[in-house]
Amino acid sequence: MSRSWSPHRLRPALALSVVAVLAAPACSGAGGGSSDGGDGKTITVLMVGNPQMEDLAKVTADSFTKTTGITVRFTILPENELRDKVTQDVATQGGQYDVATIGAYEAPIWSKNGWLHELSSYADADGGYDRNDLLQPMVTSLSGEDGKLYAAPFYGESSFLMYNKELFAAKGLTMPERPTWQQVAQFAAQLDDDKAGVSGICLRGLSGWGELFAPLTTVVNTFGGTWFEKDWTPRVNAPEFVEATKFYVDLVRAHGQPGAPQAGFTECLNTFGQGKAAMWYDATSAAGTLEDASASTVAGKVGYAYAPVAKTASSGWLWAWALAMPKTTKHPDAAWQFISWATGKEYERLVGSTLGWSRVPAGKRQSTYTIPEYRQSAAAFADLTLASIQEADPKNPGVQPRPALGVQFVGIPEFADLGTKVSQEVSAAIAGSTTVEKALADGQKLAEDVAREYR
Amino acid sequence: MTAVRTDPKAPAARQRRRARRTDRAGAGWTALAWLVGLLFFLPVLWMVLTGFKREVDAASNPPTWVFTPVLDGYRQVFDRDITPYLLNSLMASVVSTLFVLLLATPAAYALSIRPVAKWRDVLFFFISTKMLPAVAALLPIYLLVKELGLLDNVWTMVVLYTAMNLPLAVWMMRSFLLEVPPALIEAAAVDGASVLVTIRRILLPIVAPGLAATALICFIFSWNEFFFAVNLTATRAGTSPIFLVGFITSEGLFLARLCAAATLVSLPVVLAGWIAQKQLVRGLSMGAVK
Repeated sequence: MSRSWSPHRLRPALALSVVAVLAAPACSGAGGGSSDGGDGKTITVLMVGNPQMEDLAKVTADSFTKTTGITVRFTILPENELRDKVTQDVATQGGQYDVATIGAYEAPIWSKNGWLHELSSYADADGGYDRNDLLQPMVTSLSGEDGKLYAAPFYGESSFLMYNKELFAAKGLTMPERPTWQQVAQFAAQLDDDKAGVSGICLRGLSGWGELFAPLTTVVNTFGGTWFEKDWTPRVNAPEFVEATKFYVDLVRAHGQPGAPQAGFTECLNTFGQGKAAMWYDATSAAGTLEDASASTVAGKVGYAYAPVAKTASSGWLWAWALAMPKTTKHPDAAWQFISWATGKEYERLVGSTLGWSRVPAGKRQSTYTIPEYRQSAAAFADLTLASIQEADPKNPGVQPRPALGVQFVGIPEFADLGTKVSQEVSAAIAGSTTVEKALADGQKLAEDVAREYR
Repeated sequence: MTAVRTDPKAPAARQRRRARRTDRAGAGWTALAWLVGLLFFLPVLWMVLTGFKREVDAASNPPTWVFTPVLDGYRQVFDRDITPYLLNSLMASVVSTLFVLLLATPAAYALSIRPVAKWRDVLFFFISTKMLPAVAALLPIYLLVKELGLLDNVWTMVVLYTAMNLPLAVWMMRSFLLEVPPALIEAAAVDGASVLVTIRRILLPIVAPGLAATALICFIFSWNEFFFAVNLTATRAGTSPIFLVGFITSEGLFLARLCAAATLVSLPVVLAGWIAQKQLVRGLSMGAVK
């Protein structure tokens, strides 16, 4: 006997699946639910995957959460995704994050857009925070036009010249404390050794406003050039800008590392760290990795000198990763508690004593450089890093007054796109497929479009 | 009269020569297939090997092939607690794949075996939903999800992945159902089998390989989806691709740990492919569909 099919038989099954689907959000799984009940006991933090931030995520539960009872949930994203995410979250009032890590580039722009809580009042009311201990250039670069602090620095850096002392000694060369770019070019020519596979110098050639143009803009600054004058007149094809860029491109083409157009910070760190370059001009934060014998073969053999100059007295850049509180946060007090703890003095001691003194997020507080254990661990570069940061002037980094904050960037939202586009052409010039003059003539046109918005 | 002398060995020699030529051609094709196969496998091998290198070796240029394997990369991955991300991915992928199969199979049935009126239009409508670039749909979807209070909720991803994979699954399932000989269904009807019995006893065994293939494709697409996940999830509902990109940093070396994480995150997909492959092979060798 065959069973006859009836639509009624399906009903219970259908009803069951409908109920299951409707009830599903209520009994959500690992990632379900979006409410914390608004009690301020859980905050969400968005950050980049830099080693110092990873350490922060590592020690939070055992230290911060234990003492305050506030649970912290982290999302780690690469820089570009992080920027998109915060922009999206704040612009649409999504309120998904209570704290976000932002860079020195975003802080003034986002504060102007009204996307961030000001932190000055929180910092002043917080007795243990000691705001005056923060390094002044850091405070300046993270402040809005109203002079208030909009992001608390987590760690900071400048740029300096790193050189391989063994290679210099072998050729009987001595690096001055404050070299000029001309001297650096001479050293590079003398130390370039194709047979031994050692380049004279390693410089970033990878396109990107934060890659190639971080070091290159500091070279432009010290050669007397600028992206824009005070009244927003673009100067990308001006003689000084062209001279500086030609110098940089010629230097890296003649004595730079192989594959220079694709080399960014990471590639240079590896090249120099493996002893395959005699000099490297880059972030002061690279020193920690270079002095770590498990990650570098040149640990203990690296000498440090101030960022090379031409017409200015100093030329190092200034960068900070900082913790900011988006306007849309639902737990401002808990968020400040977290920011205060993570950027405070005690946190540095905590990281030093539990994870190691080389991992301290330095470069933001004067007091860091008085901790004996830290000074011992960073003996080779601590003083020079501090001095480089203190010398950097984000308001006036070159020979002429500037219209916006920033040493190695121009603190306007359009710069990321402008800098990246021009960098692509300069990178092509390093590869030999175009000329510096053409790259910068095109750059000037792009800069004029940007300037029109501001004049 | 001269007899035409024929060498009795000639045809055999010709055959042997031909066989040798065929053998040689076959060996050539085999070698080429191996070469292409290895070429495709090379990036995967590189990923797995790099996961066991020290960061310094991983970033070296030219790449080092001989190295002492270390577990530093994996240690770093487990330090970050991969479990919630894997659970979210598993939930979003498995549940959405189930929903897709539940919805796509009857739809495909109604577009192949018992076609509804204007079935061509319906088919075109299904596929036309895939023509809109995902980025164009993002803003309305984001705003809708936000208004519904479903941001950073894994069920949002389940619904989205179901919707995204449904058109493809309908098309795939339709092509598999079309291969079922109508005579089989008619014969079942003559024997008095009900629709459910026909589906269970006749259709399902025949289209099982198709179901498996569709499920695998949907699972892989959901598992690997990054764009909507990065925009719609935050700290709770993040899926494995989100976990993966968190290892990219602009400061310091990261290739080894990224490859370690990528290897781990690929494992479930490889496993799913392996399971589906067995099913596919079995289904095909059963002989219902040739």
